[in-house]
Amino acid sequence: MALGIRTEGLRKVYTSAPPSATPGRGIVGTPFAWRTASARRQKVEIVALDSLTLEIAPGEIFGLLGPNGAGKSTTVGILTTRVRPTGGRAWIGEEEVWKRRVSVKRRIAVVPQRPNLDFALTAREILLFHGAYFGIPPAERQTRARALLERFQLTDRADQLVVGFSGGMMQRLSIARAMMHEPDVLFLDEPSSGLDPQTRLLLWEIVREYGARGRTIVLTTHNMEEADDLCGRVAIVDHGRVIALGDPEALKATIPGGHLIRLQLAPRSPELLEALSRTPGVTEVRPVGAAGADVYADRGGPLVPELLNRVLAAGAGVSDVHISEPSLENLFLHHTGRSLRE
Amino acid sequence: MSTFLALLSRDAHVARRNLVPLLLQILLQPMLLVFVFGRVLTTSGYMPLEYKSLLLPGIVALSMMLAGIQAVAMPVISEFQFTKEIEDRLLAPIEIEWVAVEKILAGMIQALIAGLVVVPAAWLIMGRGLALTLPHPFLFALLCCAVALLSSAIGLTLGCSIGQTQIGLMFSLVLAPMIFFGCTYYPWSALEKFPILQKAVLINPMVYSSEGLRSALVPQFPHLPFPAVAGGLLLFNALFVSLGIRQFRRKAVL
Repeated sequence: MALGIRTEGLRKVYTSAPPSATPGRGIVGTPFAWRTASARRQKVEIVALDSLTLEIAPGEIFGLLGPNGAGKSTTVGILTTRVRPTGGRAWIGEEEVWKRRVSVKRRIAVVPQRPNLDFALTAREILLFHGAYFGIPPAERQTRARALLERFQLTDRADQLVVGFSGGMMQRLSIARAMMHEPDVLFLDEPSSGLDPQTRLLLWEIVREYGARGRTIVLTTHNMEEADDLCGRVAIVDHGRVIALGDPEALKATIPGGHLIRLQLAPRSPELLEALSRTPGVTEVRPVGAAGADVYADRGGPLVPELLNRVLAAGAGVSDVHISEPSLENLFLHHTGRSLRE
Repeated sequence: MSTFLALLSRDAHVARRNLVPLLLQILLQPMLLVFVFGRVLTTSGYMPLEYKSLLLPGIVALSMMLAGIQAVAMPVISEFQFTKEIEDRLLAPIEIEWVAVEKILAGMIQALIAGLVVVPAAWLIMGRGLALTLPHPFLFALLCCAVALLSSAIGLTLGCSIGQTQIGLMFSLVLAPMIFFGCTYYPWSALEKFPILQKAVLINPMVYSSEGLRSALVPQFPHLPFPAVAGGLLLFNALFVSLGIRQFRRKAVL
């Protein structure tokens, strides 16, 4: 059964450094250490989510797009019961996530950013025990594990410990494990980071196929191509808020002009920017950094000679020109003034 | 329930796979102690023969304590580290507290096995002169369970409170004093000449474990009275089980 996802004013403030950034805390096992640790914790406040409201339809492939630290993983953490929200609420189907953790966990699966496989087990055992945790009967477990190992091209390594697996194999096994109990909602956190192109294509194919079976899929990414290619809708997240939402095509259409020509000028003057913005076809010109200008226009390359003429006519020079087609990357840039990879 | 059993069978499976190194890890140190203190020193006449019987319950308690602590703390520390191996079990359809309880139970079983193995092994190594009695087998079994539970709950508390870099510190700062001031090699009454120390060691849960087993196996030697043993074990079990589960939750849920 396809389940929808809803969040309402979701907020998360980490009072200690978020998990990935902690290199190991001090001993907190003795009473006096607790007190100093909590005193120290109060000083750190990291707002990871700041009132995030979303609605994801049942059966949708939905992308959360944003730079590192935008709050994507925290959103997934809350939706998968692993992070306690500081404020706001979230639902998977009809169940409120934090209140109904066990039944929510039964319906979801997570493919983490970094594989977190059980290193004490072999590939097959990982799938079998995962199935056992979810109460799948033994015979059924065996059948499913065999099919998934085959599907993910892991059969020949099935009975080896996963310690020696390559990154791509571990990622494949993580996805296989997530599908073991056939979750209604599948979360993929940066699924293709660190994957070779071949495995990435296999992953995309599998995600599409799983989505076609009416399952809801949420993926976080900062890979434009991935979001563009896979997702029916994307939410662009920055500083813990949704700053744009819609299907990729519609979102791209909201960028003025669509095409982006980034110029590095020497020198830049307000008069020059003014002259550039009067060029036919240009919809908007924004100063960027010390000497840059972002020119949004309805054309890309064909407009460059005219822009250059205007720059030269103003007695200035151009040290760099970068043209990009309409993309989610430009959309992000347009909304935040920052690149997704920054 | 089926999830809980699956978690337990996963731990059993991993323990079986590592059986030999696990047994060595649990048994080698106590067996060396038994040999040196219980055989060499007594046979050579530096220690009276009775010392064998006095030592054995302490060694059993020590082995159980080490086995339980290591069985829980070590995996918990590494599974919560960078690899986040535990995540799959935290996402299993069961409350997180039950995952902690499962860890405690798995550690308790390993501690009991360690205790069961140490008794006959020590008997063999020490040779003649061991005077064990077992007037109340049921009480002995109960005490063993209490010590095993205590060891594994302490293991969970430690494992969830320290990082990988502090494992060495855990051994030298926590375990070593616990063992040496835990009445493992001497009865509590032997501390009579050190009145302050004698009071101070009462905050050491190990004391109740060794003295408890001493009262059950070699009642002819001085030992803490039963109410004190029972009270101490009960109190420390309650403390460390709740502390362990609390620390586990804090570590697991962000």
